[in-house]
Amino acid sequence: MSVGVPMKYVDEFRDPQRARRLIAAIHALYPAVGRPLQLMEFCGGHTQTLLRYGIERLLPEGIEMVHGPGCPVCVLPRERVDGAIALAARPEVILATFGDAMRVPGSCQTLLQARAGGADVRMVYSPLDALLLARRHPEREVVFFALGFETTMPATALTVLQAARQGVGNFSLFCNHITTLPTLRTVLDDPDMPLDGLLAPGHVSMVVGMQPFVRVAAHYRLPIVISGFEPLDMLQSLWLLLGQLAAGRHEVENQYARVVPAAGNTPGLEAMARVFGLQAAFDWDGSVAPEASGVRMREEYAHFDAGRRFPLPGRQTTMPAPPQCEQVLMGRLHPQACRHFGSDCTPAAPMGALMVSAEGACAACYHYGDRECCA
Amino acid sequence: MCLGIPACVVAISDEENCLALVETGGVRREVNMLCVTDDTRPLSSCVGDWVLVHVGFAMSRIDAEAAHRSLELLAALGEMASELPAMDREPGPYEASGE
Amino acid sequence: MSIADAFAPTDDRERCITLAHGSGGALMHELIHEVFVGTFGAAPPGGLEDQARLDLGGFSTGGDRLALTTDSYVVDPLFFPGADIGKLAVCGTVNDLAVGGAQPRYLSCGMIIEEGLPVAVLQRVAASMKQAADAAEVAIVTGDTKVVPRGAADKLFINTAGVGLIPAGIEIAAAQARPGDVLIINGHLGDHGAAIVDARGELALEHHIESDCQALNGLVAVMLAACADIHCLRDLTRGGLATVLNEFARDSGVCLRIEETAIPVRDPVRALCEILGLDPLYLANEGKLLAVVPATASAAVLAAMQAHPAGQDSRIIGEVVERPAGRVILATAFGGERLVDMLVGEQLPRIC
Repeated sequence: MSVGVPMKYVDEFRDPQRARRLIAAIHALYPAVGRPLQLMEFCGGHTQTLLRYGIERLLPEGIEMVHGPGCPVCVLPRERVDGAIALAARPEVILATFGDAMRVPGSCQTLLQARAGGADVRMVYSPLDALLLARRHPEREVVFFALGFETTMPATALTVLQAARQGVGNFSLFCNHITTLPTLRTVLDDPDMPLDGLLAPGHVSMVVGMQPFVRVAAHYRLPIVISGFEPLDMLQSLWLLLGQLAAGRHEVENQYARVVPAAGNTPGLEAMARVFGLQAAFDWDGSVAPEASGVRMREEYAHFDAGRRFPLPGRQTTMPAPPQCEQVLMGRLHPQACRHFGSDCTPAAPMGALMVSAEGACAACYHYGDRECCA
Repeated sequence: MCLGIPACVVAISDEENCLALVETGGVRREVNMLCVTDDTRPLSSCVGDWVLVHVGFAMSRIDAEAAHRSLELLAALGEMASELPAMDREPGPYEASGE
Repeated sequence: MSIADAFAPTDDRERCITLAHGSGGALMHELIHEVFVGTFGAAPPGGLEDQARLDLGGFSTGGDRLALTTDSYVVDPLFFPGADIGKLAVCGTVNDLAVGGAQPRYLSCGMIIEEGLPVAVLQRVAASMKQAADAAEVAIVTGDTKVVPRGAADKLFINTAGVGLIPAGIEIAAAQARPGDVLIINGHLGDHGAAIVDARGELALEHHIESDCQALNGLVAVMLAACADIHCLRDLTRGGLATVLNEFARDSGVCLRIEETAIPVRDPVRALCEILGLDPLYLANEGKLLAVVPATASAAVLAAMQAHPAGQDSRIIGEVVERPAGRVILATAFGGERLVDMLVGEQLPRIC
């Protein structure tokens, strides 16, 4: 856009001139690595930046970016959406949700379609808005569809704590938070998915700090850079990754130091620990099964758990998403290589969440046109 | 997971619930400051700080020094690397200037 | 005492529309005269008929084709920063005529009113429509009123139809974009969409963004005076600039290539988009158009637009090229390129 007053801490990191110099620096450094590379950006927000700014095409030819599974909506099982719809269909319930979840397909329909069918589904920007809805509508039950990785968990946890403090009895969470490391570990353990480097999710790190990724780097001998989300952040992070690869290092570097404190966010982590069972994520020693990435609410806050407050449909015979969805999610398959991409799977008729979520790799590739026509 | 926007704290709006008014680009919103305040950095001292806002919560206080260092590093990188010919793009006839 | 007074609430509550107002009887007659005829203009000497009678003689000069369009307006809330449903209903239909090259002349106005709507609200909407019509130099000459039970409509729905004359020789069509043509818009994008996205206050954002709702027929007239051979013209309503670009590219079988650095967006609109994860290219506008103009005439058209109140911030944003046909390409500030695709459904605010 033509920039009027620059947005501070945003526009400086979108400066085209600096970007061109950085791209040149990447091209200059790449020969020192001297081999084809597969680098993963874990987070869907990073995928968006790559494609929106056309960065991938500006990188040296030997570097392939693998889109990771860091899209909390994309990893949501269909039966969880079914659960949200079942809750919303209850006449006493107002289901408050982020916009991201509105178009994700459940077994039969999306939340948007459920709303059209009469379910009271309302979009909120913050879990605190859902709590406010509960206070304004004491005659209704307000259920907040809580999703997201660790970035969003402090907000949910602090909202529950506030609800408890204020004695709000008609508020609960449908808890669908997941933790990053087990999801990441599934990718890194995949023998068919050899990665040379990782751009780590900057806003997850903002909460959990650098330490979890230090263990990953050591265990997998993998160079990692914690990256911000502006194009210059990602370009600088890629340059740092190349530097590690050229020198044979595998460490964690914090490119996003202006936002990410090395120790993470203490008040946020404390609130999360009080409200959620999170031992698996933070005492991870490499032996936790990926299934433990789900997050449960502690017994003390069980009355704020919609899963325990309301009867939910049992695990139905859901029509599973095509197997290609998981392949793409885990980075084994590039979106365009999926035979459904752009033909029977489009944003208008998505076969899975990756084509409908704003952060989904398929949706981003389709929308920003990572297609032959732009060559 | 990712959408976080830097904003400047312009006023304290609710001490009891730890809420402040932040602004970016002329748009303001009330956000919860519990994650960026403590005994050493109370709410009352936050006016003028820049914070990273995610889903109505300030999640990090932006370190101006670190931002500055990052930008300086980028500038230094630029001086080291030589421009590739392909990157020297002629400005198009429609590019706005001096905006 | 008039019949209306007889039915007026005797306590201090506002006077509200009831089903009786839509039943065709004396109350409806009173309502029409009090709210609509009184506002839109005097009734003909013989009284109101079931139809407006427009002298054909007035249509014989000024054009060789009649343009007819209709649109319905269901916006919620009824009043929002910078405009309201009434102003929208007039300007939207005027603009649909104008972008076909027509000089708008007359509008009809059909109202579907939910029982319980305060009469004062209706009066305010009618007054706004009159003001917008005067500014656009059109007349609202006929209309209809229906009242439906509570819950059967959301406060107020308005339909306007409009007629206008297209001057001889003016041929504007979406299929006429040609390689070499220049793309011009008349100002900042996304104001209306941004003003509306939180008009109900659910997202609790404070800002001073106002809708850009305005009639464009005056602007189009000066554009056509500068160049009678404008190839394509459309107003950028729902779906924003990106949608119209794609429509032109598809219908003309060409590629429309725009420069990211040339797209004007106001700072608060940009900030709002950053906060909510929205793209300004897809936000609705109610006072903006895209023109596809032969290169030789682009300077003259741009100058004419910038000299007009509705086009002071006009600028060239790109050009038409041959390939890839049917696509819209954005040249990013970095020297990269990406598609500008058609959206499926409306943009939703996101947190990820």
